[in-house]
Amino acid sequence: MVVNWQPTADINTLKQRAQYLAGLRHFFAERDVLEVETPILSNAAVTAPYMDSFSTDYIPLASTLKQVHYLHTSPEFAMKRLLAANSGAIYQIARVFRNGEQGRLHSPEFTMLEWYRPGLSLKELMDEVNCLVQQVFNLKQVSRLSYRGIFEFYLKINVLTCDFEQIKQCLFERIPSFATDLDLSRDTCLELLMSHVIEPRLAAMNLPVFIYDFPASQAQLAKVKKDEAGNEVADRFELYIAGIEIANGYNELLDSDVLHQRFRDDNKQRLNQAKPEMPIDNNLLAAMKAGMPECSGVALGFDRILMLALNKTDIQSVQSFSLNLA
Amino acid sequence: MANFSTSEFKSGLKFMLDGDPCNILENELVKPGKGQAFNRVKFRNLKTGRVNERTFKSGDSVEGADVMEVELEYSYTDGEFWYFMDPVSFEQHAADKTAITDVKNWLKEQYVYTVTQWNGTPLVVTAPNFVNLIVADTDPGLKGDTSGGGGKPATLETGAVVRVPLFIEIGELLRVDTRSGEYVERAKV
Repeated sequence: MVVNWQPTADINTLKQRAQYLAGLRHFFAERDVLEVETPILSNAAVTAPYMDSFSTDYIPLASTLKQVHYLHTSPEFAMKRLLAANSGAIYQIARVFRNGEQGRLHSPEFTMLEWYRPGLSLKELMDEVNCLVQQVFNLKQVSRLSYRGIFEFYLKINVLTCDFEQIKQCLFERIPSFATDLDLSRDTCLELLMSHVIEPRLAAMNLPVFIYDFPASQAQLAKVKKDEAGNEVADRFELYIAGIEIANGYNELLDSDVLHQRFRDDNKQRLNQAKPEMPIDNNLLAAMKAGMPECSGVALGFDRILMLALNKTDIQSVQSFSLNLA
Repeated sequence: MANFSTSEFKSGLKFMLDGDPCNILENELVKPGKGQAFNRVKFRNLKTGRVNERTFKSGDSVEGADVMEVELEYSYTDGEFWYFMDPVSFEQHAADKTAITDVKNWLKEQYVYTVTQWNGTPLVVTAPNFVNLIVADTDPGLKGDTSGGGGKPATLETGAVVRVPLFIEIGELLRVDTRSGEYVERAKV
């Protein structure tokens, strides 16, 4: 039998990967942002209904008592505890893990750049992301469009105020490849319009764009605010380059009670999907209760932006070994 | 037939969709950061030949299609059906007009064709990349012109019309590329 031991990325690509990592560290050193490392293993896990953590057992020596630990899907929770402990601005380049996700743009194990800026508004953080994209990766300047604006532009619907039927109708008109009997939530319909209709257009125009002011129902771990029209929106942004989702930024939620409620709602949704509830991170809730500074934060998929910087079309071509060769 | 979940989707998988057998050409995972996962699938409907797209919820499953590709030798036609023979078992398989649409101009006795069968019935017949066919009709050849420049139409024994060099004459055996429908060279007999 022939064993395919060769790397998925060529060595030249791996050299460039190392240079970009050095570029990132230089970028943050100049801005006085502290590099940190946080544990990959955690007692608690992300509760997001459509995100699955890997788990493993910690077994103390000479013991048979297994303690379940989860591999982090992002270093967010631990980094927020550092912020609450007055770390100041911090960044991390972390290996993160997401069970089940594999495809042209997905890898179950990838590198995430995540950073937090106490005192910076979300707009100012977008400015910094824009600098990083241009200075470190030599990509084009990023434009800005609200979530509502981009749907109005491409699909002629106001997704913040229109009723669910209108969104469904739009979905089935625009995406004929759909079986109409699928049971989809409002947010999932919007995500599909984004992935099937808007992303290909952004790719065709090669337009890097920050999309901001998401529907409040997609707040995740961001604050909710009112937009200029008085609609409730989530104070967060996503960065799209060439129609590919690259980064996700929040004006960070600071209210531990609201966060706790969101975790519980997530777990309820997980139960409805016959998925196990995940242990809620009480350390994070306690840190937030003790006080986390007003802060903006962003997570950026390093492998994906590297793909774009190096003109590759597959995430595996910038990673040393893909899962099936690992 | 077995069921296949979206996690088993890959190009070449034959599955049933709305009663028709289909072949997956491309399968792409679509999943926003924290959003629900879908599989966006490009496939060919093996009955109509059309390429189409369908988005499945990740975790959904489809019924496999009993589709097989076999190598069969073309025997003859009675005008209604085209008969292909298994060179090992000598079993005859009858293909209807739809199945041979794409290959009609390249059917010659004793050549081996790839026959895609669904539940044992020929669905599509595909020609070998090259076949040798006799020129049934063409304008008289220009002696001495071997440049091939310009060219002229020639009708082959199967009815196919291909562009050939001026020096080609009736009765000659030509090697033809069935994918492009183009003349390649004079065939060695």
